[in-house]
Amino acid sequence: MTLTDFQHLMPLLILTFAVLVSMLVIAVGRNHKIMYVITAVSFLAAFASLFELRDVGRYTIEPLLVVDGFGVFYIGMILLTALLISMLSYAYFEQREERKEEYYLLLLMATIGACVLVISKHFASLFLGLEILSVSLYALIAYLRKRERSDEAGIKYLILAAFSSAFLLFGMALVYASTGTMEFAGIAAAIAGFTELPLLLLTGFGMMIVGIGFKLSVVPFHMWAPDVYEGAPAPVTAFIATVSKGGVLGVLIRFFMEVDGFRYPTLVLIFTIVAIASMLAGNLLALLQRNVKRILAYSSIAHLGYLLVAFLAGNQMGVEAVTFYLVAYFITTVGAFGVVAMLSDKERDAEQLEDYRALLWRRPWTAAVFTAMLLSLAGIPLTAGFVGKFYILAAGVNTQLWLLVVMLALNSVIGLFYYIRIVAVMFQQPEAETEADPRGKLRPSIYVASVGTLTVLALLLVYIGVYPSGLLQVIQGLMATTAP
Amino acid sequence: MILVWLIVILMAGGVLAWISGKVNRSLPRWVALASVGAVFLMTLYLWLSNPIPVLGSAWLVQFTQPWIPQWGISFSLALDGLSLLMLLLTFFIGLLAVLISWREIQTKVAFFHFNLLWVLAGITGVFLTMDLFLFYFFWEVMLIPMYFLIGIWGHENRRYAAYKFFIFTQASGLLMLLAILGLYFIHGSQTGIYTFSYFELLNTTLAPEAARLLMFGFLAAFLVKLPVVPFHSWLPDAHSEAPTAGSVILAGLLLKTGAYGLLRFVLPLFPTATVEFAPWAMLLGVIGIIYGAILAFSQTDLKRLVAYTSVSHMGFVILGVFAFNEWALQGVVMQMITHGLSTGALFIIAGFLYERLHTRDIRQMGGFWSTAPKMGVIALIFVMASLGLPGLGNFIAEFLTLVGSWQANNWLTVFATIGLVMATIYSLRIMQKIFFQEYKLVQPLPDMNAREMLIAIPMVAMILWLGLYPQPVLDTARPSIQEQLQAYTKPPIEQKKLPSTLENMARVEENTLEKLSEKPEDAKPALNLQVSKSPSPLIPKSSN
Repeated sequence: MTLTDFQHLMPLLILTFAVLVSMLVIAVGRNHKIMYVITAVSFLAAFASLFELRDVGRYTIEPLLVVDGFGVFYIGMILLTALLISMLSYAYFEQREERKEEYYLLLLMATIGACVLVISKHFASLFLGLEILSVSLYALIAYLRKRERSDEAGIKYLILAAFSSAFLLFGMALVYASTGTMEFAGIAAAIAGFTELPLLLLTGFGMMIVGIGFKLSVVPFHMWAPDVYEGAPAPVTAFIATVSKGGVLGVLIRFFMEVDGFRYPTLVLIFTIVAIASMLAGNLLALLQRNVKRILAYSSIAHLGYLLVAFLAGNQMGVEAVTFYLVAYFITTVGAFGVVAMLSDKERDAEQLEDYRALLWRRPWTAAVFTAMLLSLAGIPLTAGFVGKFYILAAGVNTQLWLLVVMLALNSVIGLFYYIRIVAVMFQQPEAETEADPRGKLRPSIYVASVGTLTVLALLLVYIGVYPSGLLQVIQGLMATTAP
Repeated sequence: MILVWLIVILMAGGVLAWISGKVNRSLPRWVALASVGAVFLMTLYLWLSNPIPVLGSAWLVQFTQPWIPQWGISFSLALDGLSLLMLLLTFFIGLLAVLISWREIQTKVAFFHFNLLWVLAGITGVFLTMDLFLFYFFWEVMLIPMYFLIGIWGHENRRYAAYKFFIFTQASGLLMLLAILGLYFIHGSQTGIYTFSYFELLNTTLAPEAARLLMFGFLAAFLVKLPVVPFHSWLPDAHSEAPTAGSVILAGLLLKTGAYGLLRFVLPLFPTATVEFAPWAMLLGVIGIIYGAILAFSQTDLKRLVAYTSVSHMGFVILGVFAFNEWALQGVVMQMITHGLSTGALFIIAGFLYERLHTRDIRQMGGFWSTAPKMGVIALIFVMASLGLPGLGNFIAEFLTLVGSWQANNWLTVFATIGLVMATIYSLRIMQKIFFQEYKLVQPLPDMNAREMLIAIPMVAMILWLGLYPQPVLDTARPSIQEQLQAYTKPPIEQKKLPSTLENMARVEENTLEKLSEKPEDAKPALNLQVSKSPSPLIPKSSN
């Protein structure tokens, strides 16, 4: 490896270094605040190092990685999200008695995994990244191990993720067997001649889709999502819903654009079915829930379905739409789970709809932020979610995916129903004069950390909703250099 | 720029009202009153300072500013006679809505006025915008605050009604969004210019099949909002459960956005498809007129009754819109205004009664004329307006609509006229049940106080004025109506005779506001920019 290679991998190196430092610090002495500061600073430093890579063009580190505009944007998105999640985590874990320090270690590791995913161009790096991410997540999900449901969720995720990894590996092996290479570009070259995929290769792709589909929790591989979302600590749930899925989606887009999988009607058909099933199942099942974390879990299934619509558009505009929507979705999801985390107390997370009754009159600002997040998920104007959904619809209409687009519109309406239900619960009149929430226990600095994070998220949400040009410019600028 | 101020003042007023609630409980009311009053005066000034018939162009003021240039979206507002009338109605009703909430709303006053002003801002945006993306944007912006108005301050069954309202309108709105996108891409692929600008999209040539589908997308949103009969079921619930101000805004303004959308977008964008669909649309209108009237007659809940009369009256709107002639469209515009006033007034009276009796059940009312004669007189005037008594505004509206639709379709007009008879029956039943018969209450019913009279008198004055001297309104609406009808009237010979006076619009380059001066020599250069734009006007065949 040359020095320029290192420069281009700087964000990853910074994070790796931060992991090592954290371990040493824990060995010397446990201190929650120091760990938190190290994590936050390393995320910031890694993000800052991205500015060096702004005009990277396309830099390959043979044979595993490629750093290009697409990768840089996704890494940046992942890093910022991870930073915000770590800020929320600080307040959340400060209230809990378990040992907190290792949490940040795992968070850093998982983030590295996601970053590797989005810049990989080889099955080996793909798998490495995915496993770093997954193994960290097993521990993160079960982190509050004294809670029964947290353990259950961890075990569930462990078993199913292991299964899906096996599927993914088997699929990769089959692809390798028929093409003789594990590099994306090599596979693309090998199959360029085919108009119809040979059976062996198709089976390989199919099994990979199973593995990837599991990570994205799209129907029919979604069974784990509600339980894991419910059982995991709120910040971890936010992490699974955003960083983990974003990373996997990033590599999926890269792989598909590279091999031009949209040429094969079978693959497109599979993804179309998956997208429609995800939208429908996610939204319809969410209607039946009374647990906010589960509602958000099902809603995230549906949102992945929406994303697949733009993904299926299969052109530059589709990729931009996916990316834009991911940004909006990240902001919104982190914000929503941030509110859940903020309202949680020592014993349990605030997850029942009951916990939100009349929230507007008890804690107006929190309720306002949560309302904004939900409206953004529902795709109402003035929020980022609206512009994102608009972009996806535009991408779909542009390539005339009428079935998918109409399904998306229909599902938005179903989705609206349960988002509005949460809002309605928050806006209900309190039955009796309730006293103000006891929130004095938290130290002000912690309180400020989580309130500040939520404020930033809410402002971003509205800013992107009202003035999306800026973000669009960044996305289009970075994506233009990629052109896989 | 003045157009932007209209929206900004309302939005800023809303935020200010919310904040000022922390200072003083009644301050939000004053803030709301002041901001709506300010925009009302501004609009009135615009009207009085622009004598439209002289001007020759339909567009009075324009403002364009790029918003999301990557997608060809601009923040584009423009005002013509139609928008101007709608804005006047909006702010007039807005003022009344603030006034009637003065006593009725006692909880979360600040947040109520925030929502009220934002609904008005959304409606203002809908009436002004000339960019289809922005139109959809405002179309949605007015929903959320309305949802809260119904859901928080409504009557017993408010949550159900609020849900229903929201989901109906949102679902239909999404179909419109798809149609907008379809139009955007078709236009883009034809010309290479991807834009949401209304004026650009007007020139799109569509295959008949595509035009039909896109038209149904737009129709979905507007017919639900109007509402036309099979899609009306949200309306009685939303109207009857909303607080008085909410009902007034719903009936007076939100329904009008649907009618406005038909006039502004559906007619000029899809001239061939609408002609095909016209008989069906008119049939739906007639069904709505009769069905609404029958259901209105059988209601016992006063607000529900008035809500069904809206369904009936809105039937005339769709009947007129799809008659495609100037008579009918003038009638439609009049109907939008007078219905806003008369139905708004009936809801306000229902609100007054509810405040006193805490019921909307007309079986428990009766004989109020003896103890509340002032209220009786006011109610009588608006009931008469609603049944179309000559001398009051609604008569003009319905008369013009029927004259126009007769030229388009004789038989359906005959059936629509039956609706007028039925309107007489249900309207008189309102008077009969509430103000006559024997007095059932133990307490005497207090008559209207000064504040309530202050609300009622201007409405009476307006409805009388519209009934006796509607000419200013007709004059204001004419140029824009003619413009909407352009595609339907193709007189190749007259076109040469009247090139400049009826030229349709002046495009404004760059981001400036341009106000056309009244002097024709000033107006001409701007008009010349338009040469490329297609055939112009008009002179409707029915101008006899």
